[in-house]
Amino acid sequence: MNSISEHIRILLSGEVFFLLLTLGSFLLGVFLYKRTKIPLLQPLLVSMIIIIPFLKITGIEYQVFYEKTRLLSFMLGPSVVALGYVLYEQIEYIRGNVISILTSVFVGSLVGILSVVLIAKLFGADRLLTASLAPKSVTTPIAMNLAENTGGVPSLAAVFVVICGLFGGLVGPLILRRIGVKSSIAKGLALGSASHALGTVKAMEMGVLEGAISGLAIGIMGVMTALLIPFVERFF
Amino acid sequence: MIKGTFFILLFYLLGEIISLLLNGFIPGSVIGMVLLFLSLLFKIVRPEWLRKTATVITRNMAIFFVPAAVGLVAYVELLSNSLVTIFSAIIISTILTIIVVGLVQQALENKIGAKKK
Repeated sequence: MNSISEHIRILLSGEVFFLLLTLGSFLLGVFLYKRTKIPLLQPLLVSMIIIIPFLKITGIEYQVFYEKTRLLSFMLGPSVVALGYVLYEQIEYIRGNVISILTSVFVGSLVGILSVVLIAKLFGADRLLTASLAPKSVTTPIAMNLAENTGGVPSLAAVFVVICGLFGGLVGPLILRRIGVKSSIAKGLALGSASHALGTVKAMEMGVLEGAISGLAIGIMGVMTALLIPFVERFF
Repeated sequence: MIKGTFFILLFYLLGEIISLLLNGFIPGSVIGMVLLFLSLLFKIVRPEWLRKTATVITRNMAIFFVPAAVGLVAYVELLSNSLVTIFSAIIISTILTIIVVGLVQQALENKIGAKKK
């Protein structure tokens, strides 16, 4: 009569348990971030710090975890599509500046990709690492998708995106002041293009216009980077 | 919510089909995003159909990355072996991106402003 322990074993390896584990770790991350305001305590990072050791200790294979939490990963695609609506909501902020905005984000995207690929190559990075680094400035779901398309690793790309966002959010306002950028649109655009949502958090602290433009920059940067990476890919 | 979900999935599917025709050159989700944006702009789709669903999904986006991000577990060695590369590349490139976008945008705005005067 080992039916009870058998049932428990089945429950602990099912969808409900793994979804609870994921949502729970994430909620803890949200709680910690709100409480401490430490920028490094991103809910995504906290979840990784909890779940990765958990899988190691229990000996549960990553593949199993991934399969059981499919419900969440599936939403990555639709959430990128939904950004199209967010982009539309910000349209009124860019009237009269469409061409300048598209131009500067295009140049920024080009410089961002080329520089990260060049530096990685100088240090002798292989294709896997370079392809995971290249989309570092775009929002996580797009970056993961782009990395996967070009021979990189989605999870590495996700981590690089977070590092890039944290760093840009931290030093961005300082750099902009140093180089004498005073235009609100330019400030928001620079933060959103370089550091996606984490840059936008900083931009929102600067002002409503900066924040809205920064949110817009996330979307444009995603599209520009998706368009540019296939051309740079041969150098990976 | 159902209407919003329907349209988001519809544009996702359209994006995936176009991506397939383009040999995966651009991810289907990104194409879907652009199509949705354009359809809203040209009033093919009404914003109020999407507002609720799109807001809920995008506000809580980060949770959807967790399963893939945990996949890092297989690359811990690669990460620790390439820390210098990773940090140099990200830090320098991020600084450059901020400077370039900020300066180019400001320069273009000033140019337009000067013309108007």
